[in-house]
Amino acid sequence: MKINPDKCVACGNCVYVCPMGAIYVDPVIKRATIERDECVECYACYNGLSSERLNPVMVRTIRKLFQLVRLRFEPEPDICPTAAFEPEDLPWPRVVRRAFSDPRATHESTGVQGRGTEEVKTNDVTQRVKQGEVGFTIEFGRPGVGVRFREMQKMTQALAKANVPFEKNNPLTLLMSDVSTGTMREELLNEKILSAIVEIKVPVERTAEIVQLVHQVENEIDSVVALGVATRCDENGEEHAVAPVLADLGYRIERAKTNTGLGRITNSSVEKETPDSVAVL
Amino acid sequence: MTNTLHRYGDGESFRDDYIIFATPSKGKNDEGSVPKLKRFLEMALPFRPVNIGDPAHGGAIRPSRNETVSSHWHRDAEPHFRTVIEGIDEPASVAAVFDNLRAAEEFLKTVKEADLGLCVNISTSLEGARACCKFAGIAAHSVGYSLGFEGKTEKLPNTQILELTTMCGHGMISSSLGKKMIDWVKEGRRTPEQAVTYLTRFCSCGIFNPSRAKRILEDARKKME
Repeated sequence: MKINPDKCVACGNCVYVCPMGAIYVDPVIKRATIERDECVECYACYNGLSSERLNPVMVRTIRKLFQLVRLRFEPEPDICPTAAFEPEDLPWPRVVRRAFSDPRATHESTGVQGRGTEEVKTNDVTQRVKQGEVGFTIEFGRPGVGVRFREMQKMTQALAKANVPFEKNNPLTLLMSDVSTGTMREELLNEKILSAIVEIKVPVERTAEIVQLVHQVENEIDSVVALGVATRCDENGEEHAVAPVLADLGYRIERAKTNTGLGRITNSSVEKETPDSVAVL
Repeated sequence: MTNTLHRYGDGESFRDDYIIFATPSKGKNDEGSVPKLKRFLEMALPFRPVNIGDPAHGGAIRPSRNETVSSHWHRDAEPHFRTVIEGIDEPASVAAVFDNLRAAEEFLKTVKEADLGLCVNISTSLEGARACCKFAGIAAHSVGYSLGFEGKTEKLPNTQILELTTMCGHGMISSSLGKKMIDWVKEGRRTPEQAVTYLTRFCSCGIFNPSRAKRILEDARKKME
């Protein structure tokens, strides 16, 4: 993302809307400026700010006049008054930042918009997480912290060492140079993204082990981690296998996403199923 | 994606937050799903959702590329539900957000009876989801629990800001903007309704709950945590 210095009037609105805090008004050039290494190319500034197309010279002149009498030019807080944001073509590996940060960007690897896969949302038709299994989504960087690939690699390498298979259609898995060791591609390690999700599944019996492993490794990671734990319900729609384990580990579960089981396979020709939707080490 | 799952708050704080969304699965039930997705959202309207949306186009309150000076005084802040529905042009998750249990229960029951064949999920408190499924006569298939935020949590802002910003699960609402809106409401520079509208425009998929956000801002006006 670029801010066109010929258009920017340094109103400062964009400073507040950047989820990474990567925009500041440069006191020398008196224009809003993006700290490129901190920018994750999420496009919140470009997609979220509304735009006016005021004449920048006129706006700067008005602002200077206002300042003389201690008045403040204050556009609506979600508006860029001169439409100064301009997307740019992103080279490899920087383009990965946008793929994991802008929800409207599509991962070419999966065809899925966003940072993960369908996971348990479509479990009623994919049967990705079966009875006796538990799926984990380990999300890094959100809310508002961001994460670099070298930090996430600490977790993927620890999981690989514990013989945990990664979901093969997850975009993060596809960016590993060696899935068996959880090693990310070297050129990505310093890239910063808004968030990414590691997806795994294991037998229910390994639930406590995995939660404890994640808890141990997350303390070494310079970001925040949000852990999601998914499993099948019984024939009555109840879940009594994983919740007690989580309670024993000290978790008080407040929120959940419940798949209602209303989905049906309706395509005329169903895509041939792979033997297992999760990669085997 | 876990964008509806990790909203910050305790179970009680989700008493006015129910997201019901439909997802077509690639290769399973995505063929011919666009009219079904539109119908799903159409069926939600009688139950007065506070937001609807899809990740490709956004929610019911969107930013505009063509504001004018007059918009400072006459800016459109109304949700445009029809625009969302008419704009759906490809298989993708669509969501309807409700601020009361009764509406969520009734809508889920209606969805069940319509038998669209789409995958349907409800994201809210455990108790809320159980109540909705019971009312609709549904035995849940799977459940995904949120264990909350861990790791370097010292990097996170205060709980009121988190409650606001995590309602955009894609992380498009910044902590700085959340704090700015709380401050502006406290200072009396904007009403909670106005502040909520600014925040809602940044949510790129329409799962932000303006009703819950208004309550959080009104609470924050009296007490900053």
